[in-house]
Amino acid sequence: MALSNEQIERLAKLARLALPDDSVDAMRIHLDSIFGIIAQMQAVDTTGIEPMSHPQELAARLRDDIVTETDHLAAFQTVAPQAEAGLYLVPKVIE
Amino acid sequence: MSTAPLVEAPVSALRRALDAKNISSVELATLFLERIEARDSALNAFITVERERTLAEARAADARIASGEAGPLTGIPLAHKDVFCTEGVLTTCGSKMLSNFVSPYDAHVVALLKKAGAVSLGKTNMDEFAMGSSNETSYFGPARNPWKPGHVPGGSSGGSAAAVAARLAPIATGTDTGGSVRQPASFCGITGIKPTYGLVSRYGLVAYASSLDQGGAFGASAEDCALLLAAMTGFDARDSTSLDRPPEDYAAALAAQPAESSRPLAGLVIGLPREFFGDGMSSDIRAAVEAALAQYRALGAATREVDLPNAKLAIPAYYVIAMAEASSNLSRFDGVRYGYRAAEFTDLADMYCKSRCEGFGAEVQRRILAGTYVLSHGYYDAYYLQAQKLRRLIGGDFRRAFGECDLIAGPTSPVTAWELGAMSGDPAQMYLADIYTTPVNLAGLPGLSHPCGFDAGGLPVGLQLIGDYFSEARLLAAAHRFQQATDWHLRRPALAA
Repeated sequence: MALSNEQIERLAKLARLALPDDSVDAMRIHLDSIFGIIAQMQAVDTTGIEPMSHPQELAARLRDDIVTETDHLAAFQTVAPQAEAGLYLVPKVIE
Repeated sequence: MSTAPLVEAPVSALRRALDAKNISSVELATLFLERIEARDSALNAFITVERERTLAEARAADARIASGEAGPLTGIPLAHKDVFCTEGVLTTCGSKMLSNFVSPYDAHVVALLKKAGAVSLGKTNMDEFAMGSSNETSYFGPARNPWKPGHVPGGSSGGSAAAVAARLAPIATGTDTGGSVRQPASFCGITGIKPTYGLVSRYGLVAYASSLDQGGAFGASAEDCALLLAAMTGFDARDSTSLDRPPEDYAAALAAQPAESSRPLAGLVIGLPREFFGDGMSSDIRAAVEAALAQYRALGAATREVDLPNAKLAIPAYYVIAMAEASSNLSRFDGVRYGYRAAEFTDLADMYCKSRCEGFGAEVQRRILAGTYVLSHGYYDAYYLQAQKLRRLIGGDFRRAFGECDLIAGPTSPVTAWELGAMSGDPAQMYLADIYTTPVNLAGLPGLSHPCGFDAGGLPVGLQLIGDYFSEARLLAAAHRFQQATDWHLRRPALAA
């Protein structure tokens, strides 16, 4: 499999990464090398094999429907790049 | 008293010295803080050291010891991999993205160790977001191997391994997603254990690949690892994959008297996977591993060949699963709630894209893009689902093998620590060196690495022991018997002197 620069740019857009133009070639070469290693697994016949999503096949736990967390808003917002009056500030999205 | 023996001492001896009031926790912490100050410029094992905070914890530990309320780790200094959130302390994960992140809360592991009275010396260097096998992807520069500072310490928990090997900390925490405890333990000549997936809570551990991430312990010996691991495990409702099991006293399991003192491992059957002893392993590593296995036989263990026919597929399966989960997990870094935000942008979307591109290093971006690709429409079945099916096959291989043996042994890594920069041309080549460690994570099994010799260049070689689910006590006890009969775990790099 060989990726094109257009594919790399599309993936970067999906992943919200602003790749500089001059880094696209290097990224493509490295990803091709990674997928070269990954390719060997595609020849394996896995018909009828159940996918394993997790090492321990656990059912989701249930808990009582009670409040367990206290309000940490102030503490959490101290590490925000920009916060004011309990709100996270971002560039204007609606004109 | 002379401090040299304390730097070298096992945790049990530090415990006795503290309890006998031969030394205080403040004195012990000061001793290690001074070592970090004097030696870490050559190793770059630590990202953050906060002397006053450490001494305050040590004073609290001294008060507990004085009141007769000390547990096994009260007053014992340790270091935390910088992937664990520590309240009020910088938690960078080796990334520019979190280079300003002072965590507002403690990881479960950190809280447990604080409760046990352990004294944190600081936060250790690591590959960015734990993505790497050499510690070279760290935003803060690579940690270095104490045996040869021109060589890597392994990764991703390279700083923790280097710190313990150089005796800048007696013990340290780490995490292991594809080998990140066992491989650096092997490269630095120390002991490291990754327990069964689910034993150590992932709460407050910055996520890389959630179905694989697991906390682990570093020490000079299996005995030290046993003490640290016992304090790190325990049910935590905040991690949906945390297992609710009764606590195990690993130290007691190690102290148990064997029926035959000259052959303490009599009755133990060690499986040797044919696939782990084929081509691709350097001759020095093969010789050291064979000698270690001969020692295990001398201690009474029997060895037999077993098969793990699908283990060779672990590298592609591991990287597909890890990169897919990483691309999802790392989507939380958006420059809004925490972490790095780009200085200039045109609108909200541009802010996301620039913050992420400037905040993440090259390897993290590669894995996010590859993960985005394997999860994208039309490719999911061919990659992610196929990898999960291979994961089932690999897990089945181990299940069959453990029908024929009690433990599995082999090399931890096909190579010893490489020179800094040697693998940077083609990052994918480094992935291939994870061949012996990744199958264990895919299956969710416990694994341990202990030193078993050196290569011709004087760099340590590690032996990996793999156990069935919840066999941590058996793994640690086997390594302990080996270490009682050998002195590889007592060898120290010149830099530690």
